[in-house]
This record gives sequence, C-alpha cells and structure tokens, in this order.
Amino acid sequence: MTTIAEDLSRLEEIVRRLEAGDVELDAALALFEEGVARLRAARERLGAAELKVQTVLEEAGGELRYTDLDG
Amino acid sequence: MALSFQLSTISPTDEVWSVSQLTRAAKGLVEGEFMPIWIRGEVVQCKVWPGSGHWYFTLRDSASQVRCCMWKRDAERAGAPPKDGTEVFVRAKPALYEAKGEFQLNVSRLLPTAGIGAAQRELERVKELLQRDGLFDLARKRPLPKLACTVAVVTSVAGAALRDIITVVRGRWPACRLIVVDARVQGDGAAGAIAGALRLVNRLPEVELCVLGRGGGAREDLAAFDSEAVCRALAAVRVPTISAVGHETDVSLTDLVADVRAATPSAAAEQAVADRRDVLRQLDDLAARLAGGLASRASLAEERLARTADRLHAGVDAALRRERHRLERLGVQLDGLSPLRILDRGYAVPTAPDGRVLKRRAEFAPGTSFRLRVADGDVSARVESS
Repeated sequence: MTTIAEDLSRLEEIVRRLEAGDVELDAALALFEEGVARLRAARERLGAAELKVQTVLEEAGGELRYTDLDG
Repeated sequence: MALSFQLSTISPTDEVWSVSQLTRAAKGLVEGEFMPIWIRGEVVQCKVWPGSGHWYFTLRDSASQVRCCMWKRDAERAGAPPKDGTEVFVRAKPALYEAKGEFQLNVSRLLPTAGIGAAQRELERVKELLQRDGLFDLARKRPLPKLACTVAVVTSVAGAALRDIITVVRGRWPACRLIVVDARVQGDGAAGAIAGALRLVNRLPEVELCVLGRGGGAREDLAAFDSEAVCRALAAVRVPTISAVGHETDVSLTDLVADVRAATPSAAAEQAVADRRDVLRQLDDLAARLAGGLASRASLAEERLARTADRLHAGVDAALRRERHRLERLGVQLDGLSPLRILDRGYAVPTAPDGRVLKRRAEFAPGTSFRLRVADGDVSARVESS
C-alpha cells in the first residue's frame, strides 16, 4: 500500500510530465489514468482515516508489544 | 487628666479603625504590591507542623528576618526540611497573616543554593561535552518529513503533554499513527528511562519522526532533559526529532540537540504533522493541473490529426479507436479533452461490413455498400460512382 506522501509526490511528477507536453499521447493517457487513481486513493485515505494511538513496550524476551491506547 | 487629654485629642469626626480593618487594609497593600519573587536568605528554625505537614521557618540575612510558611504540597517537593543556617533561594509571595498581624512569605519553592550551584556546574559540563562532540551543530539538523504518517512520541503516558499532542494531531492529520513510548519524565531514573525509550524508537521501522516532550514544570523537574545520556540517545535516533520540553521559556539541552525545537508539546504536534485541509487543497490543485495537462496534450494531438486529416489512414483510425475506448473509461474527467472529438467536427470513417476500414479509392467500386462512422454512431452508404 502506498502512503499519502508517495501518492502526492507521484502526482506532482505526473502533472509535471503532462505539463511539459513532450509525452506521447499514449503515455499521456496512461499517466492521466494513474493520476486519477492516485488522487482518488489519497482523498479516500484522508477522508476515512481515524487517528490511531498505540503504546509500545519491550517484553522480557526483547520482543515489542503494541497496545492500543484510548486517546 | 490623662483621660481628658486623650479624649480631647480625638474629635467625634475622627475616623477610628478596628484592628481587623487595619490588618485587612495592610494585607491588601502588601499582597497587591508583590507578585511571587525569588528571595535569597538563610533558613533558621524550620518546623514541620505535626498533622498538617506544612513547614514554618524564618528566613534571614545579616540585618532582617521574615516569617515563612510553606504548604505541605510544596514542601514535599523540596525534600528534607533544611537545617539551620542553610542558604536557600525561595520563590514566595509576600503576604500578611491577618490573625496575627504578621508580615510573612508564602513559599512555593525552596532550593538550597549549594544544590543550584552543583546543578549549574553539571549543566555546563554536559553542554560543553556535547558542543565539543558536535551535537548542537546546525549542519546535523535534518528536515522534518512533510507528511509523516507514523510518529513516535517519547513521553509519560499519564502526562498532559501526550493529551495535548493527541488532541492537536487528531485535529490536523487523522491519517496518522502515534506510537507512544512511555517513559517517566521526572524524578529518579527519568534520564535512564527516557534514553531507553529513545533507543527503543530506533527499533520501530515504520516510524518517520520522533517527538520527545513533557509539559511544564519547575526547572529541577526538567533536569532529565539536560542529561548527557538523554541528549546522546536523542542524537542517535535514526529519524528526525522534535524536542518540546516545558513551557515557551524553558530551554533544555535536548532542545539544542533535536532537529527542531518546539516551544510546547502542542506546538511540536503542529510541526510534526501536516494539516489535512492543506493537503486536500493541494490535491484539488493537482487535480486541476492534471486535467489541464492532459487537455493541452490532447489538443496538440488533435491539431496534428487535423493537419493530416486528408490522409487519415488506418493507423490513426486504430489509435483513435484505442484511445476512445480508454477515454470512455476515464469518464467525465476526460470529457471534452478527447482527440476523438474530431468526429464531432464532421470527420467520418468508412468501414466495410466486416468492420475493415476503407482507405483506398480502389475499395470504393460503384455499387459498394459500406458504413460510415460518425460522431454519434454509424449510417449505411453506397458508392454511386467512383
């Protein structure tokens, strides 16, 4: 799964390439399609997200244990 | 005789004050005049009141003395009652105790000057060491990630700092995961606990940013954040760090070591994560540029097609078909941008009944039936003469 940061930086790149205008039409359409998909994914992720707060503890054996914390 | 003398000196119109009135007025003057201040002096006769646990002592210098009282809650933080002759700084608000008409100090903090000296010397020692090792160098400072989604917070789980951070992050960037590494932030063992927690952060691969913080407190409560162990552990954190210790005016050595110093834990949270609304605006902007970018690209193609329209051949036709198919999938966002709109402008494509595109004169023998694809469908046609 990509992160929003990755989506945004890829979108920036897509837009820059489209704006440069030296991409073949075929490639331009492919970029556009990808851009639309990434936009949608990023918006959905921002809209649906709910803050997750956890604590982490090191157990006796050195393993890490995560526990959800009610914020 | 004496009596009549006295009576004769007080006229019926003279104002006579009660003792209570006087002490109340004096109290108002004294307590209105002074904010809490630091006073240096020598403690004598410190007594812990049985039952209440409050401290009562006298603070003096070579010429004067003043009665002091320190409530149990504050006295507990000062450690053992000071012995006679101990030189101290006290933080106190001058007051007047009405019942006895006594001027006194209400002391909230008491620090032996010897201890202060030792703490100050230790601070200077650590600061010099860290400076020498380059831990304060500006060249070391890393930029914070723009859109951190997983943030480690090293603080006390029970503290106000964590509550503030959670509140701010939830308001700005809910697409976030906070991983709290609990550590006691004051008192014995705090420095070791914080340093350990910072080392633990390095074992969390998903973490992109680390916030170290605690809420405000007395200077001695923040001491762990000046410790060498904590500063070195902070410098060794593999992701960018923000230090947010105490109030605006407190500066700890961790503030100098961290990549970014925030005035308060809330301010740290604001710097740690982006604001969702800003990012949504950024997405809107990118969406507009995306559509614009394709539109300009598509119109370029359209011009090219128009120039060669007379020789519109199978290759172009196939490309158009392919592109139309994809454009249809892109739906409304692409509407208006498609180079296929060329058909709307009156171009048409002749096809044989088997779907083959008719491209040559030779394929149009008189009487041949074929179909003509236009913008909104196709029509049947027949060659009258060639």
